[in-house]
Amino acid sequence: MRNAYIDALYELAGRDCRVLALVADNGAIVYDKFRAAYPGRFINFGIAEANMIGVAAGLASCGKVPFAYTIASFLTMRAFEQIRNDVCMQRMNVKIVGIGAGFVYSNLGATHHATIDMSIMRALPGMTVFSPSGPIEARKITKEAARIDGPVYIRLSVGGSPEIYEAGYEFETGKGVILRDGGDAAIFTTGSITTEVLKAHGELKNMGINARVVNIHTIKPIDKDLIIDSVSKTRAVITVEEHSIIGGLGSAVAEVIAENGIAARFKRIGLNGVFAGGYGTYDDMKERNGLSANAIVRETIDCINKN
Amino acid sequence: MDKMNHLINKAEAIRRSIFKIICEGGGGHIPASLSIVEILVALYYEILNVTPQTISDPGRDRFILSKGHACVSLYAVLADLGFFDKSELDTFGRSGTILGGHPDMLKIPGVEASTGALGHGLPFGTGIAMAGKMDNRDFKVFVVMGDGECQEGSVWEAAMFAAAHRLDNLCAIIDHNRLQAMDTLDNIVPISPLADKWRAFGWHIMEADGHNIKELIDLFSTLPFQTGKPSMIIANTIKGKGVSFMENEPIWHYRMPNGQEMRVAYNELGIEPQ
Ligand SMILES: Cc1ncc(C[n+]2csc(CCOP(=O)(O)OP(=O)(O)O)c2C)c(N)n1
Ligand SMILES: [Mg+2]
Repeated sequence: MRNAYIDALYELAGRDCRVLALVADNGAIVYDKFRAAYPGRFINFGIAEANMIGVAAGLASCGKVPFAYTIASFLTMRAFEQIRNDVCMQRMNVKIVGIGAGFVYSNLGATHHATIDMSIMRALPGMTVFSPSGPIEARKITKEAARIDGPVYIRLSVGGSPEIYEAGYEFETGKGVILRDGGDAAIFTTGSITTEVLKAHGELKNMGINARVVNIHTIKPIDKDLIIDSVSKTRAVITVEEHSIIGGLGSAVAEVIAENGIAARFKRIGLNGVFAGGYGTYDDMKERNGLSANAIVRETIDCINKN
Repeated sequence: MDKMNHLINKAEAIRRSIFKIICEGGGGHIPASLSIVEILVALYYEILNVTPQTISDPGRDRFILSKGHACVSLYAVLADLGFFDKSELDTFGRSGTILGGHPDMLKIPGVEASTGALGHGLPFGTGIAMAGKMDNRDFKVFVVMGDGECQEGSVWEAAMFAAAHRLDNLCAIIDHNRLQAMDTLDNIVPISPLADKWRAFGWHIMEADGHNIKELIDLFSTLPFQTGKPSMIIANTIKGKGVSFMENEPIWHYRMPNGQEMRVAYNELGIEPQ
């Protein structure tokens, strides 16, 4: 995803001289091409995330289009008030791009995990929140972010995430995508954990359970119509996110269901009030934190069987 | 003299340990860990009054590794001193280990603060120093920071505050290796003149060769450098010290050596190949 983002940014910069790449001592080699082509438009702030966002807002106030990029946990939390006041309150056209979504930086531990970023970014007035599931989507979202006039948060996993789309995939902001259809349950997911959900979908199918899988790539504004449609058709709803279940995708889906008065069985899968535990590989972390395909299969069956 | 040789040998053993732990664990910050070996050896073997038996003693000296990415250096020292079993080192980075890529105070005996996000150790250590003064205790607080880390604003907020409150029981050590993650500080956002900046913030500054254990011990032994002021040692170091091709090379910040590179490093550090 990271490379898809940086390639798209490079193309944007070629077409629009207002586009700037801001980093905070992160992303050494991957920016080489950008840096060589547009040396004056690549700015390294050093280890100073809050300052990076404050300066980005000032740059944006003069018509620049800064894409501020670093590790998602530091970016969204160290610089949170700058994002709130300098960017959102003043409606500045700043793109905030976090790398290392969820616990993909597995053995680096909780300081490096971004597991509440969707909650806090979603709560900000005027912020659009994107969470791509793979490289093609990351690329389209980057282009889309440049078209949007206002604050945008993009939540990226690392390099080398698997692809789930074909090249011709059409992306539309705020419109969820039905990746698999079925009437027994609706599983909403977002980000790179989508691949795990697709595995779970296959296993469920082998067991005779047909689930609809919906990729919610835009966390805000959320696709209310597709949620209502999916819930009405299945009455068993599961949300899967590599993130806290407090305030993220699960909460956003729950809000739509509750506000529309639809009765449904409902289960949020994700981190339930804890920091992600365990170290090891990314797969180890999924296993330990209840986000493996197996765990998703289990929880889906439980949810369907609930009275 | 014997004692000094013993400590120099310790430092070499810690270096070997760091390299092996990270290579076998499959990832970590090697050069940043090698940079602080002598600082940790001087503190843990000669200065700090903390032992595995006193990790909860309210009167113990506190050590905070604010540049938490260098944690393997600390792990190697703590294991050598018996804070936890040496066999734990073999589990570094693996699923279920207590030893992750940044230190967790809830999991590891002897770790005083969970660091990893830069710019947190000094404010946290300042709080401990302040509590020490409130409670009339005479422990000291030591905080090791990176020089790149000093780009974080929170460092300077704590710097001002600690001086305002005359916390002379606080000693910060800057691992001044002149590199951060991507490049030299000078090529990104320079922080020189480092000593003058800290002095202007009300600290008493001393400089040292950060790889000279004796010099470090001598300095630590005279703390506080000035009554009523927080103390700072600017330790001039080499990032990657001990592995020639890593020394002063930013590219190695978070990279693993390949087979050939590993053999060269093993040879230089004196590790027996298996
Ligand atoms: C708040 C924060 N931002 C970014 C990082 C990512 N990061 C880890 S180490 C590092 C460079 C640190 O440089 P320095 O403080 O000089 O320490 P050294 O590696 O030289 O020992 C960076 C940017 C981080 N850990 N925390
Ligand atoms: Mg440094």
